Amino acid sequence: MAEYQNIFTQIQVQTVPESGVPLPAGSWPRTGTPVLQYWLGKIGNAQIGPIYLGTLGVASLLCGVIAFLVIGFNFWAQVNWDPLQFVRQLFWLGLEPPAPEYGLSIPPLAEGGWWLIAGFFLTTSLLLWWTRMYKRARALGMGTHVAWAFAAAIWLYLVLGFIRPVLMGSWAEAVPFGIFPHLDWTAAFSIKYGNLFYNPFHMLSIAFLYGATLLFAMHGATILAVGRYGGEREIEQITDRGTASERAALFWRWTMGFNATMESIHRWAWWFAVLCPLTGGIGILLTGTVVDNWYLWGVHHGIAPAYPEAFPAAIDPAMTQGAAP
Amino acid sequence: MNPVTGIFRARRFVQVAGAAVLASLGLAGCELPTGKDSEQLGYRGTGMEQVTNARTEAQRAAANQAPPSLDPVEPAGPLAGDLYDNVKVLGDLTITEFNRLMNAMTEWVSPEAGCNYCHVPGDFADENIYTKVVSRRMLEMTKAVNEQWEAHVGDTGVTCYTCHQGQPVPEYVWFDDPGPRQAGGMAASRRGQNLASSNAGSTSLPHDPFSPYLLGDREIRTIPTTMLPEGSNPGNIMDTEGTYSLMIHFSESLGVNCTYCHNTRSFVGWEGSPPQRTSAWHGIRMVRELNLDYLDPLQPVYPESQLGPHGDAPKAHCGTCHQGVNKPLYGASMLADYPELDKVRRVARAAMPAAEPVVASAVVQDAVEAAEAVEDMVDDDSE
Repeated sequence: MAEYQNIFTQIQVQTVPESGVPLPAGSWPRTGTPVLQYWLGKIGNAQIGPIYLGTLGVASLLCGVIAFLVIGFNFWAQVNWDPLQFVRQLFWLGLEPPAPEYGLSIPPLAEGGWWLIAGFFLTTSLLLWWTRMYKRARALGMGTHVAWAFAAAIWLYLVLGFIRPVLMGSWAEAVPFGIFPHLDWTAAFSIKYGNLFYNPFHMLSIAFLYGATLLFAMHGATILAVGRYGGEREIEQITDRGTASERAALFWRWTMGFNATMESIHRWAWWFAVLCPLTGGIGILLTGTVVDNWYLWGVHHGIAPAYPEAFPAAIDPAMTQGAAP
Repeated sequence: MNPVTGIFRARRFVQVAGAAVLASLGLAGCELPTGKDSEQLGYRGTGMEQVTNARTEAQRAAANQAPPSLDPVEPAGPLAGDLYDNVKVLGDLTITEFNRLMNAMTEWVSPEAGCNYCHVPGDFADENIYTKVVSRRMLEMTKAVNEQWEAHVGDTGVTCYTCHQGQPVPEYVWFDDPGPRQAGGMAASRRGQNLASSNAGSTSLPHDPFSPYLLGDREIRTIPTTMLPEGSNPGNIMDTEGTYSLMIHFSESLGVNCTYCHNTRSFVGWEGSPPQRTSAWHGIRMVRELNLDYLDPLQPVYPESQLGPHGDAPKAHCGTCHQGVNKPLYGASMLADYPELDKVRRVARAAMPAAEPVVASAVVQDAVEAAEAVEDMVDDDSE
């Protein structure tokens, strides 16, 4: 019993590494001699490698490294190549998009040109990696669900950094690169457009975000709970009576009246995860293009109620004095 | 079920249940010893609350106490302007008032250096000491604040002590500070942000919220006031980051949360916002005027040691008076005890150093230009 109350896998296979099925003609060889690693075996499969890079993988990594270096070297230049300041300020440093005056034109390198270059290579890298995931899934005879889930994340990334800025006619509307800069941008974006919490697609996105974590917890807990009956070995379990799978299903039927199936629980999880960035991306896309102030939009549509006054209201002096605000 | 196993299971259940009850009692009964407290300010459920930290609250309370006032004097004797040479702004005070104010100022501003901080020893009329010139202008500034900015300082008013608190130079002043050197050339510019800076509350927001808004008059309001895009969209996200930085400065300088002036649902909306926001609005204009008319123009008077890294004069922001408290000195009115300050004569600006108007406008121009450096570069490139 105690052996299941552990975050680590209790049993791992230690044998001659498995090098995979033969590759179709025209493929690159798989890279790396496979090895077994005991500690990785504790949290997953003990075997490391081989990996299939291929043209797409190499091109994607190359573009990703270029973007990483463009961002990193610009960070470093912003502290005059001081290594100590680079480390100290690392979380604060940022690569900003071009100023609003440039619109969608190409600015000098120091004024946002590097941001465009880094964005181009990072986007190319992501799209190449997406194609690689799609093709690897096909090569294994799998469905392409992983690639499409990844595409949902790329959608949000493209809305933030490309589609919405183009619709707004200014690169300045895009997100800077940098740890704190992109977080501060997010807060400023919400403030600028009148409080994003009143954006219904932001609400949906949050619901799917938290919903996905809830579902993940429910599913993970259920499968671990029936691990003592071999619940993680799904395929052998589905058709027979009294198996781990049936117990897991009955547990939910008897506690809340309804249960997912071994197949549908994964559709639930997939859609919740995918809808988080999909709805979030729609919410961002509508901001500034279709709706300028989400709070006022919420008031107009009756989702932002009026509250009783708790103190004498402030008066805008700019209105009473006719002064410039 | 085996009865023995049953007993063990029952005992185990009691143990687990007991531990759970104890744990929840512990969580409910005593909070973590962080000393954080929150006070409800508005209607329930709207998140209008002020969060305070008992430890820093105690520090601030200890650091912001008004000193006991000097004994009041009856106005008597000749006027200081008739008795002494070079008395320009305090000439309307009688000699008793004049002496009391001089004593008070010494305690407020230079308790250690004494009279000689602003006077040439042996010749109090000597003008060849910059601190005397500066303090004369500061007296005029104090009068101007009390006379013209009631909308911000109310009946409480200010004295020298409000900012100085026993220091020759107030603890919280600001200079033009572009941050550490950048490599420049074709490498990306920081654009005045993305550095760890206490000015912006350790965020990566623009680290100089002062020169654009408290010296220049850059637009602070950046939130659209219509539901749909109808052309009311002022500024862009980068402008918003600048405003955000200024607002963090307010929050840090006054030791308050956003909710002290704003409602939680709409930062731009005045309805449902606390009345302090109106006072803050006037405060912004007040500080702007003090910097433009009084502090920045003193630049040529100061020796180099008192100037900033870029050679500009020390200037005021919200923290200069507030010093971490929502009302300076917790609202204690020292001005009421010092009617002498009300008799300060504000002289015409022509009495200022001759070089002042030219240099001052150049310094102001520099600050405005620095704030709009990006725009300027664009203009240069397009020409």
